[in-house]
Amino acid sequence: MSAPTLAGLTGAALVGLGLYGLLVHPHPLRKLLGFNLLGSGVFLLFGIIARKGAAAGFAADPVPQAMVITGIVVAFCATALSVALLLRLFEAGGAATLRPDVGRDDSD
Amino acid sequence: MNFLLVLSLVVPIAGALLAFGVGGRWVSRIALATMPLGLAIAVAIAAGLRPAGGSLVYLLGGWSPPLGVALRADWLSALMMVTTAVVISAIGLFARADFPAGMTETRRSFAFWILLLAVWGALNTVFLSGDLFTFYVSLELLVFVAVPLVALDGRAETLQAALRYLLFALLGSVLYLAGTGLLYGAYGTLDIGVLSGRIRGEPVTAVAVTLMTVGLMAKTALFPLYLWLPAAHAGAPAAASAVLSALVVKGSFFIIVRLWFFVMPGLAGVAAPQLLGALGAGAIVFGSLLALRQERLKLLVAYSTVAQLGYLFLAFPLALDAEAGRLIDGSALIAGLVQAASHATAKAAMFMAAGMIYVALGHDRIAALGGVVRTAPLAALVFLLAGVALIGPPTSGVYFAKTLFLRAADSTHQWWWSLVLDVGGVLTSAYLVMLVARALAPADQAAPSMAGIVSGQQPVAALALVLCSLLLGLLPWHAWLPLPLAVTTPDPLSLDALWSLVWPLLVGMALAALMGRRQNQRPLRMALWLEQADHALRQWPAAGFSLLGLTIMLGVALLLTP
Repeated sequence: MSAPTLAGLTGAALVGLGLYGLLVHPHPLRKLLGFNLLGSGVFLLFGIIARKGAAAGFAADPVPQAMVITGIVVAFCATALSVALLLRLFEAGGAATLRPDVGRDDSD
Repeated sequence: MNFLLVLSLVVPIAGALLAFGVGGRWVSRIALATMPLGLAIAVAIAAGLRPAGGSLVYLLGGWSPPLGVALRADWLSALMMVTTAVVISAIGLFARADFPAGMTETRRSFAFWILLLAVWGALNTVFLSGDLFTFYVSLELLVFVAVPLVALDGRAETLQAALRYLLFALLGSVLYLAGTGLLYGAYGTLDIGVLSGRIRGEPVTAVAVTLMTVGLMAKTALFPLYLWLPAAHAGAPAAASAVLSALVVKGSFFIIVRLWFFVMPGLAGVAAPQLLGALGAGAIVFGSLLALRQERLKLLVAYSTVAQLGYLFLAFPLALDAEAGRLIDGSALIAGLVQAASHATAKAAMFMAAGMIYVALGHDRIAALGGVVRTAPLAALVFLLAGVALIGPPTSGVYFAKTLFLRAADSTHQWWWSLVLDVGGVLTSAYLVMLVARALAPADQAAPSMAGIVSGQQPVAALALVLCSLLLGLLPWHAWLPLPLAVTTPDPLSLDALWSLVWPLLVGMALAALMGRRQNQRPLRMALWLEQADHALRQWPAAGFSLLGLTIMLGVALLLTP
């Protein structure tokens, strides 16, 4: 199995795991972790594209790598913002959940 | 002229940074000073398009695509930029009283003014962007500034709504990013102009476009992916709701338009635009009926946004030229964009009015709206006019858009979309009629002690926005847009025009009586089913499955395109 194929399969597995976690797990922290897995899978895809579609005779195309760095920065910011919101939610409501009926009534 | 494109990005963002650095009582002053400047730049770009041959291009650093990044303005960008500038300026005027500078709650006002400018900068980036990756970055900027706007109050419910919004939007942006990666891998560029020349009807294109479109639909909250919208838009403070509902959701819609009409106009096929239109129709019917079932005014307005977003997606099937097999950026697209502009102005005013009614009454329960006409006459008037603007009397932008849509439905022989437009008008009338009936009812209790006072400036800002929406159809569109045929405004007093306004109201009245909430009476079974469906769609598993289902449907529709 060649390296790009292996990376592709790993990326696909990460996307699957992340999507499942993001959609199915009720807890927001798990959803956030799911998003990060999903993102990592997509970033791997960019790595493969950089390797396979190497433009202009480079050993690896730098453009997808530039894009993936931007993507990682964005995912990092998103994670930080989510965690900050999650902490505020826990402080304000006494529970970190996304279900509107829990948190307000169960906190007291 | 071209440097204006850069200025339109630099001015709001520099304003936001300056306000952040200086702080204190200067925050709102800097924000308010930025607004006329930004408005002037947007108008100058719109006015400069015709002399420049329809589009302005600025190459960043002088590097031309595919290596460099270009900013491009055409009539779509200019229309949306002027709308954004007008709405943001009105919101700025409106928010001066709610978010005072240098007095109590400085942190909240500090955040609001900076976020308002940042939304503006992010939206202008969306409208001017010339390549698909800049879209991704600007979309993320937009989400990161929109989410704190939802949670400005810091209450647990709004924090929850903000978190749901953020997580769902992130899912959408990852899907979008995956699509751009596939397109780059296949064609070696993400510049819209270059890519549209290279793109072919291959499986990789179908998969990439499907992922991107579904991701953007999740961010636009197109039915059935609206899980985050009602709570987020209804929970935010009035000025923030106005920004979110009027402008932020239009950003991702704009990118779908760019993708379909400018990157792959010849590859859309027949089935995929019909699917987008069907989702729009679903949004119109489902959102409006649910608006009728709401107990709180702000939630009603939020569901009305879910419904009104549906109209925008009717542009896709109606712009399809079946013979040429491609999407035409002609009158149906113009209708979609003018509809977006009319909705932006009317909906911002509607949220402002709802906010003023909340302040005046101390609550926004629809069942207890009686007496609002006396307590807050101006707010009630603005709300009524905004509702009327959404229904679309002659002279309004909605009427203009509807005429163009109907004309396109006629010329492409797709009668079913004109049916959807008529049903939409009836449904919008229904919830407006229901509210008017509630508002005219006598107040059943003495004036509540919670009530506050609406500042004098606020109704003026809201009224100005409503008038923009109501008079949008009178602008000389024909001189500015590539319109083949002018839309003539009928005499508003003629029998036809009156009848076209009256019959939806009559049918809407019947519908409101049938489906609305009434005391001491069991609701129709259909209404209960609707509420259950709505409840399910606002849960993650159902929203996730509809997202996956939509991905599969859209993917199959695009893959089967010859």
